[in-house]
Amino acid sequence: MANPTKPDWEALAARPDFAALLAAKRRFIIPATIFFLFYYMALPVLIGYFPELMKRPLVGKVNGAYLFAFSQFLMTFIVAALYMRRARQWDAMEHALLSSIENSQSKS
Amino acid sequence: MMLLSAIQFTPALGMFLAFVALTLVITWLSARKAKGSAAYFAAGRSIKGWQNGLAVAGDYMSAASFLGISGMIAFKGYDGFMYSVGFLVAYLTVLLLVAEPLRNAGKYTMADLLAYRMSPRPVRAMASLSTLMVSTIYMIAQMVGAGGIIKELIHIEFAPAVIGVGVLMLVYVVFGGMLATTWVQIIKAVLLMGGAFALSWLVLGKHDYSLTKFFTAVGHADYAGTAPPKNLLDPGMKYGASVNPWGPLDFISLALGLVLGTAGLPHILVRFYTVPDAKTARVSVAWAIGVIGVFYILTTFFGFGAATVLPKPDIMIGAKENTNMVAPILAKALGGELFFAFISAVAFATILAVVAGLTMSASTSFAHDFYSNVMKHGKDTAPETEVKVARITAFFVGAVSIGIAIKMGPTANAAFLVGLAFAVAASANLPVILFSIFWKRFNTAGAVGGLATGLASAVILILLSPNGIFGKEGALFPLENPGIVSIPLGFLGAYLGTIFSPRDPNAEAKFAELNFRAQTGLGAEKASSGH
Repeated sequence: MANPTKPDWEALAARPDFAALLAAKRRFIIPATIFFLFYYMALPVLIGYFPELMKRPLVGKVNGAYLFAFSQFLMTFIVAALYMRRARQWDAMEHALLSSIENSQSKS
Repeated sequence: MMLLSAIQFTPALGMFLAFVALTLVITWLSARKAKGSAAYFAAGRSIKGWQNGLAVAGDYMSAASFLGISGMIAFKGYDGFMYSVGFLVAYLTVLLLVAEPLRNAGKYTMADLLAYRMSPRPVRAMASLSTLMVSTIYMIAQMVGAGGIIKELIHIEFAPAVIGVGVLMLVYVVFGGMLATTWVQIIKAVLLMGGAFALSWLVLGKHDYSLTKFFTAVGHADYAGTAPPKNLLDPGMKYGASVNPWGPLDFISLALGLVLGTAGLPHILVRFYTVPDAKTARVSVAWAIGVIGVFYILTTFFGFGAATVLPKPDIMIGAKENTNMVAPILAKALGGELFFAFISAVAFATILAVVAGLTMSASTSFAHDFYSNVMKHGKDTAPETEVKVARITAFFVGAVSIGIAIKMGPTANAAFLVGLAFAVAASANLPVILFSIFWKRFNTAGAVGGLATGLASAVILILLSPNGIFGKEGALFPLENPGIVSIPLGFLGAYLGTIFSPRDPNAEAKFAELNFRAQTGLGAEKASSGH
């Protein structure tokens, strides 16, 4: 389990392909996090300060408050699915990165 | 034994006991396989993605989600539904920010990640304190729910019911470990989903299987004619500005605590150490989101629906709302005694397994972080000793939460109590987890400062809240949910602690290592198939 030689983490972290992996993750994770937090917090803010607006029935008896809450479930499913899809690309980058490290280690 | 003679043996009780016995057999069988501390604490890191996803879902669909939310919705309408929404969206925080780095960089507990770059002793000490606190509050909610079920099922008093639950729970933990609680959670998650579907279907049947008729009835919910009709879909029955001027802010505070809390819950986080790698951790979160999401959508039917079907007197204890027992009572009204027994047994097993998981994480954290690394300076602790300390801790945590649960009584809402645990977790744990992973400059003073400020502010604000020690009239803090104040304070404590203390070259040097490992999984703890 333990690495026989201690890897040079500074050198590893400085690799351009690691930087590319981090950048790829950030490109998705940061905007996605900002989006879901805003979409989610909009619910209690609208409910708290615009209750009359949210009480208005939209579909039959069902009001905006319930529909917006229900949309949060769909939003969660969609963001999670997008993340899972994107993560497959990161896995491929990670795999290439790790096997290139392994190759250079076995040569030296 | 005088107690037992007063209990009437019914088919419902028989079914209930059979179910509990079955889960104990599972515990025993898996205990025989669990040897060594990686097996006891992390199930040998051998759990598959979908299995762990179901186990996470099982851990999560606890007394709060099933009993607490359905009761809260049945009495408070839409405002209770916020718990369903928040509990689910919280998993995006887990999936996007926490699950994979945590799995890659840790070993058994959340503190492993925190201690990676920092001086281990103060950080581990604070982290295990906060883990104990969060777990205890969460556990009180479970005990309250379990006591209510036993009381309803065999008509004994609340206090002996809670004590009985506590004893059963100790059996689980002392013999089982993580593998046992994982299997109990998986089976129970499947059964609870089945029960939730059946219950929802029965409710919908009361409205001719028509969604239009169902929502129309919810819009004029009159508790089977026993109360003036009101529109439960309208927000504001608990947190409206007309009920309480602080209500809207309290509602936002609740929502914030919910969405940020899960990613700081120790007993959910330890689940990611039971899988072989970060990819499996990710897959398990996705599974959990699917299962939990569907479950919370169903709370629409057995939460709102209960208020269209059940007469008010059936769901009251005297003048107080029997807020945790709405779902089981609904099951009895619509499906008869046996269905009631099934729902109760599943809910009870839910609670036992969650309590076991909580006790596991609290005691793991204490044994691993406090005992081995702080008291014994991280050397020469035999794994057997660590497991033994964990079991003793389990006993104490159990006893404390039993005591508090009995004092609070059966009418304290489990979802509300769990919401408080979420707020504490979000305030104390989440800031330091995020800063550890993402901020190079972060150091020991920041970690201890963040944990301490978040933990202390959340707990103190709860004590000063309208539900706290001074009651509604004397409350010094107007909100029931502390999150909106304590979460920023937790982040602030971590930030100020860092920038007002000298830079720690050691912690910063290790950031490259942590960052690389957390993001790629190089050198992560492997599955211990050979154990």
